[in-house]
Amino acid sequence: MASILAVDDSASMRKMVTFTLKGAGYDVEEAVDGVDALTKAQNRQFDCIITDVNMPNKDGITLIKDLRMLPEYKFIPMLTLTTESGMEKKMEGKAAGATGWIVKPFDPDQLLKTLKKVLG
Amino acid sequence: MSIDMSQFHQVFFEECFEGLEAMESGLLNLDMGDIDSEVINTIFRGAHSIKGGSGTFGFNMVADFTHVMETLLDEMRDGRRKVTQNAINVLLGSVDCLREMLTSIQNEQAVDEHAVALHKAALEQELNGGNSAVLIADIPTITETEAKPTIHNSDKPEDSPKEAEVGWKIAFCPYLDLLKTGNDPVRMFRELAELGELTALISIQDVPSIFELDPEECNLSWDIKVTGEIPESEIREIFNWVEGDCELDIQAIAQKPAKPVSVAPKASQPLPIEDTVEEFKEPDPAIPEPSSPVPDISILAAPLELPKAFDKPEEVPVSRTRDAIKLPNVESEIKNTVAASTSIRVDTAKIDALINMVGEVVITQSMLGLVGENFTMDKLDQLKKGLAQLERHTRDLQQSVMNVRMLPISFVFSRFPRLVHDISSKLGKKIELKLVGENTEIDKSVVELINDPLVHLIRNSLDHGIEMPANRLAAGKHETGIIELKAYHRGGHIVIEIIDDGNGMDKKKLIGKAVEKGLIDESAVLTDKQAFELIFLPGFSTAEKLTDISGRGVGMDVVRRNIEALGGNIEISSELGKGTTIAIHLPLTLAILDGQSVAVGDETYIVPLVSIIESINITEKMLNKVAGKGETFRLRNHYIPIIRMHKVFNVKPKNTSKTAEGVIVVVEGQGVLCGLFVDDLLGQQQVVIKSLEANYRRVEGVSGATILGDGSVALILDVPGLVRFSSR
Repeated sequence: MASILAVDDSASMRKMVTFTLKGAGYDVEEAVDGVDALTKAQNRQFDCIITDVNMPNKDGITLIKDLRMLPEYKFIPMLTLTTESGMEKKMEGKAAGATGWIVKPFDPDQLLKTLKKVLG
Repeated sequence: MSIDMSQFHQVFFEECFEGLEAMESGLLNLDMGDIDSEVINTIFRGAHSIKGGSGTFGFNMVADFTHVMETLLDEMRDGRRKVTQNAINVLLGSVDCLREMLTSIQNEQAVDEHAVALHKAALEQELNGGNSAVLIADIPTITETEAKPTIHNSDKPEDSPKEAEVGWKIAFCPYLDLLKTGNDPVRMFRELAELGELTALISIQDVPSIFELDPEECNLSWDIKVTGEIPESEIREIFNWVEGDCELDIQAIAQKPAKPVSVAPKASQPLPIEDTVEEFKEPDPAIPEPSSPVPDISILAAPLELPKAFDKPEEVPVSRTRDAIKLPNVESEIKNTVAASTSIRVDTAKIDALINMVGEVVITQSMLGLVGENFTMDKLDQLKKGLAQLERHTRDLQQSVMNVRMLPISFVFSRFPRLVHDISSKLGKKIELKLVGENTEIDKSVVELINDPLVHLIRNSLDHGIEMPANRLAAGKHETGIIELKAYHRGGHIVIEIIDDGNGMDKKKLIGKAVEKGLIDESAVLTDKQAFELIFLPGFSTAEKLTDISGRGVGMDVVRRNIEALGGNIEISSELGKGTTIAIHLPLTLAILDGQSVAVGDETYIVPLVSIIESINITEKMLNKVAGKGETFRLRNHYIPIIRMHKVFNVKPKNTSKTAEGVIVVVEGQGVLCGLFVDDLLGQQQVVIKSLEANYRRVEGVSGATILGDGSVALILDVPGLVRFSSR
């Protein structure tokens, strides 16, 4: 099953995402911010990255930018997870290389549906 | 798939309260004129996370409320809105409101919807009545899009389904970089195929020769036909993520012209200002207090009452003084601590250390097991080595476990900037609070109990210590007073100091007051230190006028009693005109105590080491017996009452009457010296405190019990309790 890195500074969101994805059989690893995520992503190849946008240390947009620079993450789907559903933020994410976005609040089914879309 | 979301609630609430604290301290920083974008961003992030979480976990009321806060903060963050004092006050009020709201939800109580509505109205008023004209046009756009909870729809110009068409013709021409966003055309086609019958015509005219081909680029383009009754929104949803990465033309097969793809902002209206706005009034510090209730002194009369119950009466007046929209008062704060105390956050490094230690113990155990299996005398050395190792590991293990309970004192300190801000603005004083050593660690149980005494002491400093700005200038000081809250480790103790650069304590005034109140004799000669100690006497208050800030003189004796109940002590030093320093010494933990074991008859008792001043032998001749009042002896300049422990505990003594054969342990409790007469000193050791109340009942003069190395039980003496006992 596909491996996913879930990045969020909020523990409750992180837990909820992990729980949902694990329940659906995905192999999930958590990261608490962009810096943590970048390290984890370099240690291991993930099939998809789901990241919050507004985080301390390194925000989600910078994380995506950084990851896209790595050859092994050039084509990996990356989704931003954000309440900032204004077009502006989404486009910022896209410009950085995000595949798409999931708007908070979302329920587990929505998350799984979206994920299925990128992972097939 | 349905998931029980309630399992994440506890984490969510903890996170929210942390977020609120961060927001509060951020807001207070802004207040000091420090307009730093990182600070605003931190505050924003707090609101943002709470909003995201509460929406996901179904607390819509919280989500709605934070949404307004977030919008306001977002504008501040982007520089679209200036940070004003008023906005900060409204936001601070909202933080309080939110905290109360979350507490209610957490405790499954009803939310005070009226207060929430008032705060929301205040926020909305701030948002709309804002200081920039551009604003009003901006806000609703954000609101409009954010309010929609569903996945990717907000950026589309047209959502309404059009069912009439029999199909769609799509011209899809990705830009070269499409693949680099992780989007895959094949994936999109698969989705289209799920909607209806799909035919895709690939155009390869742009594909370069094999030598020039860059496999990372997308050189293809497609003409797609999907047939079936499909709403346009569903088609658009599939291409939602690639808008801007391709040229896209979607047309209905029924020859209807396609809607333009560009996004046109909707005509927007300002948010409605609710009628309730009128009711919201700014707090007016000038309005005098409704008469504060007389604190319930009966609680204070109970001598051995536990600390928590104490400061409550004094808090009442202050919570009364809060704004018209009254927010969390002490009761709810207490509830908070109770709720929060059920779980603890531990650094994973500490857990790792713990697991490591357990591993070591297991290894030692198995080693000893091997030695014991076929024990012969020549293995004695091995056995001794093993036991020594076990001892070391047990000690380390104990330390690691204790470490888990240690929290940085910032848990307590972090509340004070707000307290100082609120009270100083109410008093019209300018005061800066400096926090030093916030990372000093202290046991969780101590953290919970030290809060109330500290609040009281800081209020005292604010109210009585720091002078009014004009007086300060006249005294040649800087207009802004400084209160420093400092924590550091010394020995096995933590020291917390509250240092103010205010007026200091006036010895003459203190003595005068004490004489007036009949607390001391007029002829008494007191040292500075003794004079300062006067403030710890019950019923002492030097403030010329009683204020609602620092209570009415029922405070300091309670503070001292609370701190002593924690096994600590409190010291004052002060210089007139320069300021006052109050130092609190506390044990690092309440679970372990450094004790001196003493023998009384066949029994062993433990005296906390902190309260021991010295231990001496005296002769019968040094005793003064006062009829009906017990006995005293003279130690340098003090006459010290003697408590014969065997009488207190009704134990048959070894040295029935020969004073010279016993030992006097001089102890201090509540500032009073006292000599405990025991048979012998046995040794110092660390003991683990076991609660007596939990297993038996409370006994006067005893604070707990412990199990000694030989398995017998020893009682731990409660020195302040004994001192009170002796003075009766």
